[in-house]
Amino acid sequence: MSKPRTLTEKLFEAKLGRVPETGEIVVVPIDLVYAHDGTFTLALDVMKETPLLSRVFDPKRVALFIDHAAPAPTVAAALVHRVMRRFAKEHGVRLFDVGTGISHQVVADEGLIKPGMFVVGADSHTVTGGAFAAFATGVGSTDAAIAMATGKLWMRVPEQVRLKLSGEAPGYIMGKDIVLTIIGMVRSDGMIYKAVEFQGEGLKSISMDSRMTISNMAVEMGAKVGLFPSDAVTREWYRANHGIEVPLLEPDAGAEYDEELELELPRLEPIVAAPPNVDNVKPVREVEGIEVDQVFIGSCTNGRYEDYVAAARILKGRKVKEGVRCIAVPASRKVYERLLRNGIIDILVEAGCFVAFGTCGPCIGAHLGLLGESEVAVSTTNRNFTGRMGHKESKVYLASPATAAAAAVTGRITDPRDFLPADARLMVVDPSYSFKP
Amino acid sequence: MARVIRGRAWVLGDNISTDHIISGKYKFAKINKLEDMLPYVFEEVIPEFYKKVQPGDVIVAGRGFGYGSSREHAPRLLKLAGVGAVLAKSFHRIFYRNSINIGLPVIIVQRIPEVTEQGDEIEVDLEVGVVRNVTKGVEERFQPPPQQLLEILEAGGIVEYIKKMNRLPW
Repeated sequence: MSKPRTLTEKLFEAKLGRVPETGEIVVVPIDLVYAHDGTFTLALDVMKETPLLSRVFDPKRVALFIDHAAPAPTVAAALVHRVMRRFAKEHGVRLFDVGTGISHQVVADEGLIKPGMFVVGADSHTVTGGAFAAFATGVGSTDAAIAMATGKLWMRVPEQVRLKLSGEAPGYIMGKDIVLTIIGMVRSDGMIYKAVEFQGEGLKSISMDSRMTISNMAVEMGAKVGLFPSDAVTREWYRANHGIEVPLLEPDAGAEYDEELELELPRLEPIVAAPPNVDNVKPVREVEGIEVDQVFIGSCTNGRYEDYVAAARILKGRKVKEGVRCIAVPASRKVYERLLRNGIIDILVEAGCFVAFGTCGPCIGAHLGLLGESEVAVSTTNRNFTGRMGHKESKVYLASPATAAAAAVTGRITDPRDFLPADARLMVVDPSYSFKP
Repeated sequence: MARVIRGRAWVLGDNISTDHIISGKYKFAKINKLEDMLPYVFEEVIPEFYKKVQPGDVIVAGRGFGYGSSREHAPRLLKLAGVGAVLAKSFHRIFYRNSINIGLPVIIVQRIPEVTEQGDEIEVDLEVGVVRNVTKGVEERFQPPPQQLLEILEAGGIVEYIKKMNRLPW
């Protein structure tokens, strides 16, 4: 009988026909490769360098997204978009144009990502796909070009870490609180190169939307991938969203890991990452009262259905505080449509939010809500580096959508528990869940 | 690329992100060419870096260098500015990978960042795997990159390698 295998080992084994050694450099066939308007032109430059790279290995496995500056805020961006549309047409590659949404959300919406796949994207938050038990990781433009042209890429087999989530999270906790707590524990360089595998009975209470948030920020601890197993929650999500059966994919019992960590979910409380680093985490209660100029609810980290349901629970029947702007940008058109059907967009708009279609703009300081000098934002995004969302003297606190919505109402950093009923459950495991306002 | 790199040290701390190297804002501004972004390299960390840096100069940093975006602009701009190598206690993986792919040597060392001061003379021998702070007389050995990666670095990056060999490196 063979040695028990980690999930990482099983994924590599399925592609290579053998279990590689940790640290080994292997060449892996890639199931899906994508790039966006921030990274594609550089990839195209690389493809033009040599005939060996100036082709697309399989148009069905390549996707382009216009999501970083969409709709184009500058002429330069419009030119980039034009080049992408032309390339997609010439090569028969799918292009997800302005308004479709942010790549990492759209690959899930469209069912382009499935358990067991190897996925690379020219965007660091491609790790979001780890939520679906896919080995999904970010690469640069040169790697994206090579993967698009050849369908293969070299990879170093990462060390594997078991991160056991024990117990059940309190109802007011969201994926963002979980992942910020973990980043605070291991720090921003604590998992460099490693494959972090989330395990434990706590997974049962963690919805797919929250899993995506957690995997998304695996890169913020340096990880190559943040992997969830394909379990009952995953299978139910695929049935409800795509009407398909996906395999169970879990590590073997007794698999050996290079490192093991544990997080007790019942002990969690709402948390923020204070500027200027993602690992500068503090309980919300510790920073309560700091005045806020802007609230942003959205991005590839927290622009999902569950996120706006959480925000709507707080914003319903209330108003965004005068002098504060609250920007809500659902991560994709599909998310937007579902929110519309369920009356949640109405709640956001009635509360005074600015609501727009999916774009990365505010998160990267490209467009749609930049910060002025000395302004403070509470944002559901993934990075709070100096000047990330605008002026170098501005400050960004990263938080869950519930915490962000509470700040929008009071104009100060506020613990969301002050606005939530005791029985609220913000992570919604049932994929057919519909919020009744 | 030469196997021995020699230049002055630019000393930086921990957690230098790709945003520190080149802010994401400039990607969608009226800038299309990489050269046009040079004035903004390290703008908040070392103002006018592009004017001050000399070919072969070496960045010496702490933990977690290259944190953040997958944007290859970051290592490409460092190389374009003339940086010969980046030494740090640890690198974030996409930056590390991008650097190898574009032919910028990135080396993990622990002791050298502790002793190096701004402007010290640094020598890196990639093949032997040794970094010297010539000014301070301190030497540190490091694990040289595997042969495959050394070949990519020597060619000046993976695209140059493919062009030279007319095949992929694997």
